[in-house]
Amino acid sequence: MAREKLVVIGNGMAGCRAVQEVLKRDPDRYHITIFGAEPRVNYDRIMLSPVLAGEKTFADIVINDEAWYRGHGIVFHSGVAVSEIDRAAQVVRGVGGIEAPYDRVILAMGSDPIRLPLPGADLKGVVTFRDLDDVEAMIAAAKPGARAVVIGGGLLGIEAAYGLAKRGMSATVVHLMDVLMERQLDASASYLLTSALVDRGVETVLAGQSQEILGKDGRVSGLLLKDGRTLPCDILVMAVGIRPNAALARAAGLEVNRGAVVDDAMRTSDPQILAVGECTEHRGQCYGLVAPIWEMCRAAGETLTGQDGAYQGSSLSTRLKVSGVDVFSAGKFGGGEGCEDIVFRDAGRGVYKRVVIEDGKLAGAVLFGEASDGAWYFDLMRSGADVTDIRETLIFGQTITEGLRGLDPSAAVAAMADEAEICGCNGVCKGAITGAIVGQGLTSLDAVRAVTKASASCGTCTPLVEKLLGLTLGAAFKADTGPKPVCKCTAHGHEHVRRQIVAESLKSIPAVMQALGWTTPDGCSSCRPALNYYLLCAWPGDYRDDAQSRFVNERVHANIQKDGTYSVVPRMWGGLTSAAELRAIADVVDKFAIPTVKCTGGQRIDLLGVKKEDLPAVWSDLNAAGMVSGHAYGKALRTVKTCVGTDWCRFGTQDSTGLGVKLERFLWGAWTPAKLKLAVSGCPRNCAEATCKDIGVICVDSGYEIHIGGAAGLHIKGTEVLGKAATETETIEVIAAITQLYREEGWYLERIYKWMDRVGLERIRAIVMDDADARAALYQRFVHAQSFSQMDPWAERVADLRPNDFAPMAVLGAGVSAE
Amino acid sequence: MNAPIHSIAHDWRDVGAVADIPLRGARRVQTAQGDIAIFRTGDERVFALIDRCPHKGGPLSQGIVHGQAVACPLHNWTIDLATGEPTGADAGKGCAPTIPVRIEAGRVLLAHWTGDRDD
Repeated sequence: MAREKLVVIGNGMAGCRAVQEVLKRDPDRYHITIFGAEPRVNYDRIMLSPVLAGEKTFADIVINDEAWYRGHGIVFHSGVAVSEIDRAAQVVRGVGGIEAPYDRVILAMGSDPIRLPLPGADLKGVVTFRDLDDVEAMIAAAKPGARAVVIGGGLLGIEAAYGLAKRGMSATVVHLMDVLMERQLDASASYLLTSALVDRGVETVLAGQSQEILGKDGRVSGLLLKDGRTLPCDILVMAVGIRPNAALARAAGLEVNRGAVVDDAMRTSDPQILAVGECTEHRGQCYGLVAPIWEMCRAAGETLTGQDGAYQGSSLSTRLKVSGVDVFSAGKFGGGEGCEDIVFRDAGRGVYKRVVIEDGKLAGAVLFGEASDGAWYFDLMRSGADVTDIRETLIFGQTITEGLRGLDPSAAVAAMADEAEICGCNGVCKGAITGAIVGQGLTSLDAVRAVTKASASCGTCTPLVEKLLGLTLGAAFKADTGPKPVCKCTAHGHEHVRRQIVAESLKSIPAVMQALGWTTPDGCSSCRPALNYYLLCAWPGDYRDDAQSRFVNERVHANIQKDGTYSVVPRMWGGLTSAAELRAIADVVDKFAIPTVKCTGGQRIDLLGVKKEDLPAVWSDLNAAGMVSGHAYGKALRTVKTCVGTDWCRFGTQDSTGLGVKLERFLWGAWTPAKLKLAVSGCPRNCAEATCKDIGVICVDSGYEIHIGGAAGLHIKGTEVLGKAATETETIEVIAAITQLYREEGWYLERIYKWMDRVGLERIRAIVMDDADARAALYQRFVHAQSFSQMDPWAERVADLRPNDFAPMAVLGAGVSAE
Repeated sequence: MNAPIHSIAHDWRDVGAVADIPLRGARRVQTAQGDIAIFRTGDERVFALIDRCPHKGGPLSQGIVHGQAVACPLHNWTIDLATGEPTGADAGKGCAPTIPVRIEAGRVLLAHWTGDRDD
């Protein structure tokens, strides 16, 4: 019987794999012809990254050499692109007049890299990363010392940048999103990847928007970003994604959406023509990874050999091919409706693992730094096995889970071998801990930490160490509750977190969460604002404030009210105002129909009921009259209340108003652990009520009494006298030093009086009153921090307004449907 | 050709780019029936809820987004973005209705009820 004629369009991974699947089932059924536009035998495209990095050669990545084509009697048109599929005549026509009649066709044209339509995109040295020609162009440009820019921080872009760096270039990845490989990684894993890439010579620019490719003499010379930065380069790689190559299918009249539409048997709208790989669209999904391609090819092989081929779509998993960077991601790694996260971090080894459980089953995972269990998780995911009974140990991976299956947690710990590592950070095994407990009579977690270092770093293993104490000592062990944790995301207290931020030079929220073993992917509404403040305080000018970690009031510089409107309070220095200011306020009230105007307890005016979208215009008008934000919304310096002092008062001993104005002008803009209110009274009659403020000054004939730790809110508390200063200058220095000490030591949301109760008035006095050097150093640190914080937030926001920051992002007419 | 059921039930309205919403942030869409909050989580998922906390009607779009939840700016109730239901101690006390939302080519599409199709 004459063989049927099978024509394969595409000599890549999909086309040749489909042929193999056919040959495997029925080697004699077809006479096979393959068209390949690339003039090469079939090679493993996903291994191009190691070729670029110089870790493999082209010969290493060939899948089928010429002997394979010969041995199976395959006619191979190498370097011949197909120009037409003539379905009426059942003929495939290639460029140059080659014709191949067919009974069946497999479309496997793959995909095209997307080229961004940037000015300068046609310059020499601008390449994509798709085939061996691209790799050769990159290698040719990769002279040591040369510079490369890669647009696109996805899998391919990162592999390209790594490869170029490995060739001795300095490489920079420019990524539009805030998270590298955002389709595979969450923010925590992306943070670790960014650091790992730096170690390998690859810099990262996140949230980087490309504006123009710059050139010189027709060759690329740099990339201009929208923020005005220029990244000089000798080669520019675009790795921003792929587009199914389905033009041929469309021209042939087949159904095409994004890709050539196929059914579960991999048939296109013409049942004689099948399609596999990246040029297809199956159940609305286009794929760009290899595993689905293999599954599609198997189904195509079955269909073409008379079986019922059925492809059901693929679950996806990804590994990054960067040497020494172990990354795995699969499924709903970011969670989803009804999902729970289990997070493990080991700062010592740079490990981050997150598994996502849904309905008792594993729904996804992202692993960084230790991905050997990736395949196991992926199997659990695809099999849909119930993981409820292995939940406790799931995050520790297959070996531990399989070893301890069915045991309760205490028994599981008891059953661990003496050599089993408990503390990954310090490499302490179980035997060393139990040995020390028995041998040295240890009875507390702190003692175990001191002697063995177990649980002394990131603290992730603390529950295990406590179980060991319990098992070894029995009833003699009472778990130490330790300091109150910052929130449910961590076991650490505020003090430890603040200390480690400085000690380990942690400069971002993801860095803190990784180093201190946070158990949630991105914290919560309690810890994020605290960390944001601690970082801002520790690294003035260096740390980039994270608006999304601030409470709404600090994000929009106004106080949210019960109806979702806002109140706006301009600063009135020391409680002084003028006709011009009052007139401007009156105009703003009229212009924006502000319903309520009220005097506050801090001697200034509150405008209540401002609509969010009006805020920028309200500020702009107030700014124009010389007024700035009063920070009435912030964990920050609020007001300095004053009385009229010697200017007017017959009892006044000093210029209390003047000192109040000086203090407010010096301290405004400072972020503090909680709100900070000051007052200056001109005599002991204390009309400014300085003795119930966080910091108060009572003027007397001989100078200035400095008070701290008052409160008149939830708690009523009179101040304590800290000491006395002789001059205004000295008073201001002492108050700046107190403020800075409080900024550096206070726990987030802890008012000065609580901080004082905790650390002791005597200690504060010893530092800021008695130790002139310490006071001067605090003062200098405060001045330095202020140099970055005294920008009026209103003016800043008005100057740099994004359209939907305050106004809705869209306005819809008719109704919406709620689920 | 018959349209699938869901596209008869809803029109999908483009309300802006995903990139217009800050990561771990939210934006609102104004409608005749009140605002809708659109959230973008740290792991790049987008959710939409009626912008009213089930507690005292606080604008959820102004809260801190963490994990798959938002903390209401008025009294710190934590609302699950997928279900609109309060979590923790406040679980079971009402919900903020969810709005179908999907992402296509970097754009946020919101389900939009029109009653009958005009095309």
